[in-house]
Amino acid sequence: MIKIQDLSIQFSDFALKHVDINIQEQEFFVLLGPTGSGKTLLVESIAGITPITSGKIMINGQDMTHAPPENRKVGIVYQDYALFPHMTVMENIQYGLLCQKKILDDHQRIHDLMVKTDILKLSGRKPKHLSGGEKQRVALVRALAVKPSVLLLDEPLSALDPCFRDDIQKLLKMLHKQTKTTFLMVTHNFAEALFLGDRGAVLNNGIIEQIGPVAQLFNHPQTPFVAQFMGFKNIFEVNIVNDKAKCSHIEFEIPPTIDPQTRYLCFRGEDVQISAGRPSSVLANTFLGIIEDIVDRGPYCELTVNTNNTQIHVILTKGELVKHAYHLEKIVYISLPPTIFHYA
Amino acid sequence: MKSHSDPFLIMSIGSCVVVSLFILVPLIQMMITPSWELLTESIFDPDIQKAIWLSIYSSGLAAIISFIIGTPFAYLLARKSFFGKQFVEGIIDLPIMIPHPVIGIAILGIVGKDHWLGSLLHKLGVQMMGTVSGIVVVLTFVGMPFYINAVKNGFESIPVRLENVSRSLGASFSRTFFQITLPLAWRSIMVGIIMCSARAISEFGAIVVVAYHPMNAPVLIYERFTAFGLKYSQPIAVLLIFVCLILFIGLRLVSKKNSAL
Repeated sequence: MIKIQDLSIQFSDFALKHVDINIQEQEFFVLLGPTGSGKTLLVESIAGITPITSGKIMINGQDMTHAPPENRKVGIVYQDYALFPHMTVMENIQYGLLCQKKILDDHQRIHDLMVKTDILKLSGRKPKHLSGGEKQRVALVRALAVKPSVLLLDEPLSALDPCFRDDIQKLLKMLHKQTKTTFLMVTHNFAEALFLGDRGAVLNNGIIEQIGPVAQLFNHPQTPFVAQFMGFKNIFEVNIVNDKAKCSHIEFEIPPTIDPQTRYLCFRGEDVQISAGRPSSVLANTFLGIIEDIVDRGPYCELTVNTNNTQIHVILTKGELVKHAYHLEKIVYISLPPTIFHYA
Repeated sequence: MKSHSDPFLIMSIGSCVVVSLFILVPLIQMMITPSWELLTESIFDPDIQKAIWLSIYSSGLAAIISFIIGTPFAYLLARKSFFGKQFVEGIIDLPIMIPHPVIGIAILGIVGKDHWLGSLLHKLGVQMMGTVSGIVVVLTFVGMPFYINAVKNGFESIPVRLENVSRSLGASFSRTFFQITLPLAWRSIMVGIIMCSARAISEFGAIVVVAYHPMNAPVLIYERFTAFGLKYSQPIAVLLIFVCLILFIGLRLVSKKNSAL
């Protein structure tokens, strides 16, 4: 469907380097990465908006590397919607159809799309009279109206209020399923990626760090950056010696099957077991520590436990925090069963 | 201390009053000085009517030429980065800085028969010295920078993403320009036209050099002033101010009505 081969884009202060991505037909592909990693640049180069320095972009088997944007059959939806402010909702949606002289054939399909996305009643309104969620629905319908081969979504949820975000997320999933269009979405939110994406790639400073099924990115990060990006709170550089992963002040027992070449060990804060008293059964990797910090993160709390001069981050619900009366400088036991470890 | 007694606020209000008086007092004085008889006499004076009409339509033509030539140029400056862009922007601002008689002399230098361009124009039957064409060329020269700068700012304020989306929907570059960018820049274009015409209608120095005749309003005011004195130049000035005021208020209203953003 989309084949990006050795794509590089060079700017004076930033470079996208040797990107190779294959996106299958009807796939929901997510491009993850922090702000400034080059995600939007990559998407705009696929759309033909940003010229590339070297490499090749194939869409539907055709070389589109130097094709103008209007010939690529690639739709784009931005986080700020980019609706044409001087046109009504209907005029916005019909714009692409008029450009491609499709309006008569597609009338029923557009009507159905507008019904599905609940924007039919907004047809005569100008964008300035729409809410963020409504604007994004219109932007999606406008892009899908011309039946693009690929729909590029540049952080479509990030400018929305949380109350609209879930709705649009579900709408995206529904539209992807029903229109059978290939979606490529840029996001910096791994929860969105997990909910929507089939496969994904993590971009860091212009380089692809890891590519694969989204669940694999989430559960088996291959680099410390991907681990950190996917929400791993505890990442340690280790040396594997005799079934133990040793870092500067602490060593973890690990299964004997782990590759001795492994450089990093990581685990999630929510997988750490914490107790005020000694655990009844002897678990591997149980350490005594002191609570150094408690940060309220809204629905949950993040505790920093110092054990053997090593900081372990633990995620707890507020209920658990209150129930066990955890407080600063309290002595606690933390257990790290080897099953929670991931290796990079 | 209450905020309305803050020294800077008092100074701001004071400067507002001083500047307003500085502009208004001479103008009001000029407007109230001529007698009603002299004013009505001026309204029906065919020379004055001709001069004011010439000022208006030659400025309008300069604005139309600026619109046609300046709009694509302003778009290029707003959207593209290229080697020497700052130099080109400097060139555009040159007519604002050069003394206006110098502009007249510069234009005369290329439209005379001694210059290949002047000789070509002459062969084509286009006369610049002492003609309306000459006046329009001069007014375009002095008004164009104001048009280009206003419209460039307008194009810059339109998010480039709108154009990107338009292209991705299948619109060509030119269709995107005419259906998305231009309608959204309409207000800036109107402001540019107002600025250009306003600058053109007030031009005197360069016109005196290139085309003293046919006389436009500023030249006629000057001529009446030197020949007959202040009393006979003031009514023309008052009429010109009134006509311009009505025209520019009209243009402002149109631009506000058509504003899309």
